[in-house]
Amino acid sequence: MSFNLLKIWRNEKSREIIVQIIVLIIFGWFISWLVGNVSGNFEKLGKDLSFEFLFIPAGYDINQYLISYNNRDSHLRAAVVGLLNTGLVAFFGIIIATIFGLFLGVLRLSKNWLANRIAYWYVEFTRNVPILLHILLWHGIIINTLPHPKQAIDILDVSYLTNRGFYIPKPIAEAGIELFYLFTIIAIIFAILFNKFSKKRQENTGKQLPVFWINLMVIILFPFIALLLNNFPISFSIPELKGFNFRGGLHLSPELIALTFALAIYTAAFIAEIVRAGILAIHKGQREAAESIGLKPDKVMNLVILPQARRVIIPPLTSQYLNLTKNSSLAIAIGYMDLVATLGGISLNQTGREMETMVLVLLIYLCISLSISSLMNWYNYRVKLVDR
Amino acid sequence: MKIKALLAASVAGVMFAGSVLAGTLDDVRARGKLNCIINTGLAGFAAPDDKGNWQGFDVDFCKAVAAAVLGDANKVSYTTATGKTRFTKLAAGEGEILSRNTTWTFSRDVDLAQTFIGVNYYDGQGFMVPKKLGVKSAKELDGASVCIQTGTTTELNLAEFFAGNKMKYNPVPIETNAEAQELYKAGRCDVYTTDASGLYATKMSFDNPDAHIVLPEIVSKEPLGPVVRHGDDQWADIVSWVLRAMMSAEEKGITSKNVKKLAAQDNKDKEINRLLGKDPLQGLSKLGLSADWAVNVISQVGNYAESFERNLYPLTIVRGMNALYRDGGLHYIPPIK
Repeated sequence: MSFNLLKIWRNEKSREIIVQIIVLIIFGWFISWLVGNVSGNFEKLGKDLSFEFLFIPAGYDINQYLISYNNRDSHLRAAVVGLLNTGLVAFFGIIIATIFGLFLGVLRLSKNWLANRIAYWYVEFTRNVPILLHILLWHGIIINTLPHPKQAIDILDVSYLTNRGFYIPKPIAEAGIELFYLFTIIAIIFAILFNKFSKKRQENTGKQLPVFWINLMVIILFPFIALLLNNFPISFSIPELKGFNFRGGLHLSPELIALTFALAIYTAAFIAEIVRAGILAIHKGQREAAESIGLKPDKVMNLVILPQARRVIIPPLTSQYLNLTKNSSLAIAIGYMDLVATLGGISLNQTGREMETMVLVLLIYLCISLSISSLMNWYNYRVKLVDR
Repeated sequence: MKIKALLAASVAGVMFAGSVLAGTLDDVRARGKLNCIINTGLAGFAAPDDKGNWQGFDVDFCKAVAAAVLGDANKVSYTTATGKTRFTKLAAGEGEILSRNTTWTFSRDVDLAQTFIGVNYYDGQGFMVPKKLGVKSAKELDGASVCIQTGTTTELNLAEFFAGNKMKYNPVPIETNAEAQELYKAGRCDVYTTDASGLYATKMSFDNPDAHIVLPEIVSKEPLGPVVRHGDDQWADIVSWVLRAMMSAEEKGITSKNVKKLAAQDNKDKEINRLLGKDPLQGLSKLGLSADWAVNVISQVGNYAESFERNLYPLTIVRGMNALYRDGGLHYIPPIK
């Protein structure tokens, strides 16, 4: 018997399996001990694990909601309002950070000394300051330098900048707007089809069409014609100073602006470095070959360098998108009502369900991150090198 | 053998842990110091003075209990707690008393397994605005931006008040008092809301307190008082009767100045005699206190009025609801019999 065991142990393959099984058992024991510890301590405190609180009225107000909300709605709805606020900041933050980061990354490689240095110092300064300070700085600038609503900076009598945020006109759809939506969709479909058609034409005949300009014109002109046909079925709600604050119009709070810009500007510095690394990763022979067949510099960049650099850029870019989304939870520092501030903040305090709310917040962030990640992986799969 | 002894000792330790919890008084006496959980800093209630010593209305109460139990008001060590951590700290045994502007509510009393031993300050949520706004009443605040300190009952009271008066507002929720003050000062909000006592304390910390006013409306009931853990009735009794002794002293005109003289003579009012140990007070031995417990409290800390005047008058807080019943307030003290 002991001889047999020794024999199994001396066999490299079976030893590997045994070690893995032992590690797995220890890990499983550790997890079950953790769960048992938590539930045991909960029992000792006389607390039960229950999510019923999600369906009782939240009782508090939220100053920014993308779906209708008032204080008689449930904690669940308050959490969804917070989630959408997180999504709003993450969405615009990612778009701004990407555009700005791409621009900076290319600037950083520029042969123009001034442009190069500006981009260099920007990146070094921004990424070496903690994100929380960026957020507090932007928020501080808005509320301390912009005037009170009564002395608001007036832009053409329709938009106002104040230390309570920016107020801009808000378009309101009226009867007959459906045609506008329809024409917009048609224009977009046309643009996609036209793009494909001109590509095929170029492959077959070698002739190029000014695709970008034609599509731009169609997308602007088509919906405009729809508006013209129905006598402009859009009105604008113009912000107006009434009492303490402006009313009407679209209100962008200082918290929303500060958070979005701080996240975008901070993340852009990292994206710039990723873009630079991606471009530098392409062998200079590629550029020289492209130039030698007479391609102009912008064509070299757009047709030869960037498509190859993209493969290097996308995996680390995904991490930056995830970082930006998770960093948005620092919103709590300036009072932006995101998921952490609603479900993980006020709801937690009002109901005393710290375990339940924290587990929910954790799971929701996990879901958001996994969706962004899988979306980026799909894109990565599409642009990756195709082996022939 | 050694292991066995160790095991026996630890088992005994675990078994004794239960009874130690019940003997809070013995713990404090054995240690020679009272552990008291107070605010991280709120002028008038608990704030360090220029020498670094904690002063304030809530701090005074810690001192009074130390004087009654240990005979010396200075034998207190202080632990600070935020609004979120205070109950956890009390439950974990970091202090014997939580004396930190804590509102007495049903769920805190019952659900969190604590004992509120009485009310030492009747408070309520109020509003502060800059004077130049020209607002005279909270009912004129329709459309205002309101800065709130989150993590309290404040948000719910605010939502109910504005909805009840059919007014709209723009809430600006902030995590800490200090940051909320900065936003209010920068003009991010028109109004700052928290408990009225906190508003007065905040106002006095401004460069020009006269430029701000606290509006007359009080929109909630916030009875504040000291808290102890469930499960030690003797300790809860001691703490609650120290509070009542301070209030009785005010009622009977006993102050830190005349307490020694009154304790030495036979008074016409026999309740003074019983309180100051001249006549026997039935049941005092069950609390484990000496006959001069109240004399120690009053001579070293003062009566309720003295503590109130010393700490809260500088904040321009008036007695109002916190006067004795006799003077039109809410403090009605059970007799010392």
